[in-house]
Amino acid sequence: MAELTIIEAVRLALDQEMEKDENVVLLGEDIGPDGGVFRATQGLYEKYGGERVLDTPLNESGIIGFAVGMALYGLRPIAEIQFSDFIWPAMDQIVSEAAKFRYRSGGMFTVPMVIRTPYGGGVKGAIYHSQSPEAYFAHTPGLKIVVPSNPYDTKGLLISAIRDPDPVLFFEPKRIYRAFREEVPEEEYTVPLGKATVVRSGSDITILSYGAMLHIAMDAAERAMDQHNIDCEVIDLRTLVPLDIGTIETSVKKTGRVISVTESPKTAGFAAELSALVAERWIEYMESPIMRVTGYDTPFPFVLEHDYMPSAERVLDSILRSYGF
Amino acid sequence: MRQVIDIDGNVINPDLLPRVAKKELVKWLDIMIAVRVLDEKGMRLQRQGRIGFHIPTTGQEAHVGAAAAIKDTDWIFPAYREHGLAIYRGIPLADIINHLFANELDPQKGRRLPGLFGDARIRFVNPSAPIGTQIVQAAGAGYAARYKKDGNISIVFFGDGATSSNDFHSGMNFGAVTKAATVFICQNNQWAISVPLSKQTAAKQLVDKAAGYGMPGIRIDGNDIFAMFTAVKEASKRARKGDGPTFIESVTYRLGPHTSSDDPSKYRAEKDVELWRQKEPIGRFSKFLISEGIIDKDEPERIRSKYDQIFNELIAEADSRSAPPLETMFEDVFETMPWHLEEQLQEALRFTRE
Repeated sequence: MAELTIIEAVRLALDQEMEKDENVVLLGEDIGPDGGVFRATQGLYEKYGGERVLDTPLNESGIIGFAVGMALYGLRPIAEIQFSDFIWPAMDQIVSEAAKFRYRSGGMFTVPMVIRTPYGGGVKGAIYHSQSPEAYFAHTPGLKIVVPSNPYDTKGLLISAIRDPDPVLFFEPKRIYRAFREEVPEEEYTVPLGKATVVRSGSDITILSYGAMLHIAMDAAERAMDQHNIDCEVIDLRTLVPLDIGTIETSVKKTGRVISVTESPKTAGFAAELSALVAERWIEYMESPIMRVTGYDTPFPFVLEHDYMPSAERVLDSILRSYGF
Repeated sequence: MRQVIDIDGNVINPDLLPRVAKKELVKWLDIMIAVRVLDEKGMRLQRQGRIGFHIPTTGQEAHVGAAAAIKDTDWIFPAYREHGLAIYRGIPLADIINHLFANELDPQKGRRLPGLFGDARIRFVNPSAPIGTQIVQAAGAGYAARYKKDGNISIVFFGDGATSSNDFHSGMNFGAVTKAATVFICQNNQWAISVPLSKQTAAKQLVDKAAGYGMPGIRIDGNDIFAMFTAVKEASKRARKGDGPTFIESVTYRLGPHTSSDDPSKYRAEKDVELWRQKEPIGRFSKFLISEGIIDKDEPERIRSKYDQIFNELIAEADSRSAPPLETMFEDVFETMPWHLEEQLQEALRFTRE
């Protein structure tokens, strides 16, 4: 079994699904001979040709609108938005079109497509190459939202997303694209959408996270154990919509303490949604305030990015405050 | 500007007069009149408060020629004044009327403003309301058709206002660059609600935009069904061959208000409208058919009476139906209803129990 990085797992999933299904077509900026600015599509142009690995004009709303038309027609387009910071011109095609076609047509027209996009900070990318816009899309009915945190899940979730009958936004944590390797089976497998996973079992505090922040949460959880003997349970949500409420329920009823860790701004972010869900449903189990560790409510900074993003220290601080409440 | 018959139905460009079976020509007239009668009914129903909204089509019925010029398996991306394309393709008229009433039989499940409907069976794509979004989608579909090599094309309709939209630019550019099998048809009806074409563009004519995208453009009299037919025929042939898209500027006029919510007397003079009323497409095409001896002079009126009766019966039936059940509000968000929608459905149901 090969040890792959996240970016290599993306490439493997694309390659295998293209091999399997002729309707799978890639489109985006610089994804052809260049192989994508992060190399997610490296070698695919050579293997499948320019008709299936389509270098598009530089226009994000065009990429998504064109992909919507392809999907209506019966293809399975996978559109790459080079950085999720550049997704805004496509907002209308995502929110008004892709998300609503099934609904507005009474189920007659559907748009099975994937929008892959690298997101998040920690790569010295500054204000326009670092943002985490997932909450904007979670607010829109009709979109599924997936954020993997490791190579194994990346391959399995991306294959599920490609085969899904509804539009899926697939946010790739670019900060950890090449951060570590992990065994990824060559053979076909899927990781189902809508299923979270408990990556660290614990009894004292539930930490909810996803993507690159999952690793910050894990780091903090280990320190809490080593330094303070506090046993955290860490849940990798993997899919934000639809959310795996069952896994969250089991954990928070056990621990009675919840901290959500995301790198997007705090106000009305996905951590706020998680907090609200827990409060609405299981407030009687809570032994301390439901907490959030998030990016701040500022535009994404440049040289101060590590002060902006949640760190293990900040998460540990919340763990101690939650535990000591 | 391409014109085949003048406003009195005389053939002024015999070289362009297509060879079409007489029966087919009568079908064109039949459907144009169906669209006109449907428009009159819709507006009246809205004024009576029986339906919520109406989008007029009067004056733009020559679009029927576009459906006649393509194959039944081609994809149509309408804007919202192209009902004739769906009727030509055989959409059940009851579906349209049930949709206007947004009742329990409405295929859109009562989710859309009246006039915004589609039908997958006839590849007539369900339209949006944000302007221009379908233009780039049609280019994507045209690309997909070429990719699948199934011999189909897509055609897309949009108004003059839409030529200012982002997606017009995206669609024209992506379509041309990828040689998508697509025909772009701008129904230049001179008005985007209250804004005239002169405030929409500084271009002398919209067809000039085609050159900038590297595709051919054809400017036609959009009230002349033969001009529409021949231009779309030509453009679709080009698209099907793999030579890429064509832009057609169809010069027409919106004789009615933008929608039932609009009052055009605030922004345009009735005498200007009257000038265009002389050029409307049904009268001139009827004159052509009569002078060629294809129909007798009473045929248009007979067709009109036929549709008057058909629609009246469908309206009475549709009006007696209930609204769609509450469950439908939560369906079709996703293929499979996730837990949070199931939970919200149960919550909504609690408030409907007597």
